[in-house]
Amino acid sequence: MTDFSVIGKSVAMIDAAGKTTGAGKYTDDFTLPGMLVGKILHSPYPHARIKCIDTSRAKALQGVVAVVTGEDAPNPYGILPVGHDETALAVGKVRYVGDHVACVAAVTEEIAEEALELIDVEYEPLPAYFDPVESMKAETDLIHENRPHNLEKDYHHVFGDPEKGFAEADYVAEARYIANEVTHAAMEPHCTLANFELDPHTGKMGRLTVWSSTQVPYYLQHKLSLVLEMPMSQIRVIKPLVGGGFGGKSEIIPLEIIAAVTARAARAPVKITYTREEVFWAHRGRPRTIIDLKTGVKNDGRVTAVACEVIQDGGAYCSYGVVTILYSGALLGALYDIPHIRYDGYRVLTNKPACGAMRGHGTVNVRFAFESQMDEIAATLKLDPAEVRRVNLLKPPTVTVNGLRVLSYGLPECIDQVITRSGWAERKDKMPKGRGLGVACSHYVSGAANSIIRSDMPHSTVNIKIDRDGGVVVYTGASEIGQGSDTMTAQVVAEVLGCDLARVRVIAADTDLTPIDLGSYSSRVTFMSGNAALRAAQDVKKNIVSAAAKRMNCAPEDVIMHSDRVYKRGAVAGDNDSEAAEILQDKEAARGHVDGQILRGSVLQTRKEEGPKEHMSFEEAVVSAIDFHGALTGTGSYAPPTEARGGKHKGGGVGPSPAYSYSAQVADVSVDEETGEVTVHKIWAAHDCGRALNPVAVEGQVIGSVWMGLGQALEEEMIWKDGLLMNPGLLEYRSPSSTESPEIECIIVESVDPEGPFGAKEAGEGSLAATIPAISNAIYHAVGVRLRESPFTPERILSALRAKKGMKRIEMTESVDPTAPVKFREHGGSLWFRGKGPTRHALDPSRQGSQAGSVAGGER
Amino acid sequence: MPEETSKAVSRRRFIMGVIAGGAAVSAAGYLFRASTHHGNAPLIGAGERLITLNVNGRQRRVDVARQETLAWTLRYNLGLTGAKLGCDRGECGACTVLIDDVPHYSCSVLTHTVRSRKVTTIEGLAAADGTLHPVQQAMVDQHGSQCGFCTPGFMMTIKWLLANNPDPSEDEIRDALSSNLCRCTGYSQMYQAIRAAIDAEQKGTKQELVEAK
Ligand code: FES
Ligand code: FES
Repeated sequence: MTDFSVIGKSVAMIDAAGKTTGAGKYTDDFTLPGMLVGKILHSPYPHARIKCIDTSRAKALQGVVAVVTGEDAPNPYGILPVGHDETALAVGKVRYVGDHVACVAAVTEEIAEEALELIDVEYEPLPAYFDPVESMKAETDLIHENRPHNLEKDYHHVFGDPEKGFAEADYVAEARYIANEVTHAAMEPHCTLANFELDPHTGKMGRLTVWSSTQVPYYLQHKLSLVLEMPMSQIRVIKPLVGGGFGGKSEIIPLEIIAAVTARAARAPVKITYTREEVFWAHRGRPRTIIDLKTGVKNDGRVTAVACEVIQDGGAYCSYGVVTILYSGALLGALYDIPHIRYDGYRVLTNKPACGAMRGHGTVNVRFAFESQMDEIAATLKLDPAEVRRVNLLKPPTVTVNGLRVLSYGLPECIDQVITRSGWAERKDKMPKGRGLGVACSHYVSGAANSIIRSDMPHSTVNIKIDRDGGVVVYTGASEIGQGSDTMTAQVVAEVLGCDLARVRVIAADTDLTPIDLGSYSSRVTFMSGNAALRAAQDVKKNIVSAAAKRMNCAPEDVIMHSDRVYKRGAVAGDNDSEAAEILQDKEAARGHVDGQILRGSVLQTRKEEGPKEHMSFEEAVVSAIDFHGALTGTGSYAPPTEARGGKHKGGGVGPSPAYSYSAQVADVSVDEETGEVTVHKIWAAHDCGRALNPVAVEGQVIGSVWMGLGQALEEEMIWKDGLLMNPGLLEYRSPSSTESPEIECIIVESVDPEGPFGAKEAGEGSLAATIPAISNAIYHAVGVRLRESPFTPERILSALRAKKGMKRIEMTESVDPTAPVKFREHGGSLWFRGKGPTRHALDPSRQGSQAGSVAGGER
Repeated sequence: MPEETSKAVSRRRFIMGVIAGGAAVSAAGYLFRASTHHGNAPLIGAGERLITLNVNGRQRRVDVARQETLAWTLRYNLGLTGAKLGCDRGECGACTVLIDDVPHYSCSVLTHTVRSRKVTTIEGLAAADGTLHPVQQAMVDQHGSQCGFCTPGFMMTIKWLLANNPDPSEDEIRDALSSNLCRCTGYSQMYQAIRAAIDAEQKGTKQELVEAK
């Protein structure tokens, strides 16, 4: 099966040149005539009732065109049908510092900012909840009235017989793990440009066009229609280049709706770009998660049962929360063979920005706990950590105890690869002091088998049209966000049609032009959109083949399309290599002959008289097909098979996927016992992506995931103080710079999935989760301390080292301290309100009596 | 690959250097967007609004507000949107341009301060006939950019690096790139691209030498 001509080879991204020349356009690069700038007023309170909003002074300011508040678009929405708890702008109540209160559209940014200060909002502060455990005790002043105890959702799943499993165990490990909150911090801040056309007949506001940096243009179109009360057909969403998403743009971010609402009020195009601070506050990242994990094992490390309780600090809105908490439990399965599982998950609301989906959605933090515990078990039972994983492998094809179907399973090879390449066996026990190796595994879905909108519609559809000169245009709703989706689509189509990649042009993610696709999230694009592209190409290929068969006087089965040529089987088959080579060499000449002339028909006429042919160029075949069949188009779609859609239990829809990717990693780490500083020297990451359609892109995705996991492991953390984010900046948030990024060796493992396009599965997320435990396990082997709270900052490591030596433990993370006050109080260090530092809103009661007129940096 | 990653030049120190080289940016200005609308003391020489800039070898007349940043002028007045705003406060490097051949964060440079200086943006990197600069070509070939948002900034930094140090060591590359942030690539395919660009360059020079003989 090495017969592929386009896939399986590293090709440059088809949009790469646009990115390296600056010619590629992202949303903020667009301007429209008469465009206004939108600026948003955010809440300075974590939880407060809005008593009244007076926008009259702002509206009176010269240069201000419109001011909108929650009343202008009160319809609730949310990414999940069960979680329609957001409004574009706050209605009646704000739920976190940074909640969106009002928006001004003005002719310049400065005027818009000035106008924000002229909006008078009267708040009545309410008690706020910052800790999920405390929040669950709430009886009054609930964050959402219809969510008692601030509990967004809880699930209690039992698969198999956990009691029996634990009874059979020789050893039971039990511990609490905490993974602190992280965020996507994509380099491109969210940006939306909205424009209404005037209806030519009535002069009223007509169709809406929205350019937005989104991973999910079709969901955006849907939610816009809900809030604006317009039919979806009247809304066009266009996704230009997107500067990274990682899940942060996989749902509707308030500014996307606000821009449209403001444009409607202003009767002019409005662009809103979040500042970097606003991006941090918009968040939707990975929630702080408390995991109580219990694993029973036999003496050889074989797992007999797992019990896991997860509490997620979800922030003020549902967002993807219900899905996140379900993934956390469901993906305990499908990596190893676990006969009995108990899972209790609590998604809790707190007065902080909403958490949502982030790369490795739902699985990452639980995987950190699980893989750490595996390592602890190995240490206790004096087993090799890699062996413990090997004895627990699944035996596919299989369906796990919680209903996940596993067909292709490259994990064993992934483990072998990283163990061999890292020199695990020879090096592990001979590491110098302070240096260690750690191993861990992970997996992830290749798209969710059930869409978040429960419906039977296909998850992806792709259309193809081929022009008379052999140009292939592919229309796909899949969203390129840097992961290479456009290139993958082009490759799949070129492979099926046996044509040059350069012929294929991809038009993507424009709701007016492209067929519906659910978007770029849950690593679904290669598998689902790839399959749709494959089918669309096969569809259009049928017509080319039948026409070519007539021209070549053979059966359609005997028509081969390969290397930009169409020929009769036997004319260029493996059994006739020299002729094949000759014909293929001839292809340039053939193309030159055809170009342009066929369109005029004269050559075509003579050609027809030439009699049956043995082979022809791609253009020739296309022209024949168009002559025989009319317009040459094809369409294909993909919906996951019913067998892959999971169990019938409540919440069983989340977790099932048509295929899972697998990853194993070894981290080589040293720890400075004096400073607590961790240096990661190298990470070996083997990833089973089914088949690498574009190896260089797979490598990029795997390395990127591992690197992002490294960030979460070592440095990244959203630091909260009473609902205020202490580090809303790229330097303070500390995503690793080039000097802190180790070498990552990516090893591609191909298990060739029976249902993936050419056997491909996901590559963009699955590796992230293994990195964090690989590093913590390596730290343990280096200095003998077990870090059960991420990130593993020098403070936490020092504190653990002190504890190990019997010294008093320093508690560094105040957020973990349950006795910390939960009441909102003033913080001089806050960067809010609206970027003005310590100054609070004039009407903020906490400002009364404090020094009037203190301004940003005033204390310097 | 060396076992120890050099931490000799931290991101912060590098950035501080870059900022100091550009405009004086107070801590407050760095953290909080300064209002440019009114009420600020005029910057020396900033009285006139219509000024001439030398951008990518061309003289451009442009109307510039008093405290407008170079990134703003380039992007929204001159239509050169290649330089990106990832933070607008000197943290990420997405807005990096060359001023007199030295990389600067254009979000942290006031346009009025570059009037008599040479500004090069990503749009000025390729040859006049559109041939990509070797670094650009290598980034395309080696998959050095994913979402591409950071790429123009990196490209300018890399161009400066190779102009000053045609054969940098791995540590020197890491140090130089620490002025810019990328959230997609983990930097590793960028290193490959730089290596490829260096190799291509060296081959090119060697060939020229041979021809000269
Ligand atoms: S935009 Fe200038 S450094 Fe980030
Ligand atoms: S390629 Fe996306 S930030 Fe660098």
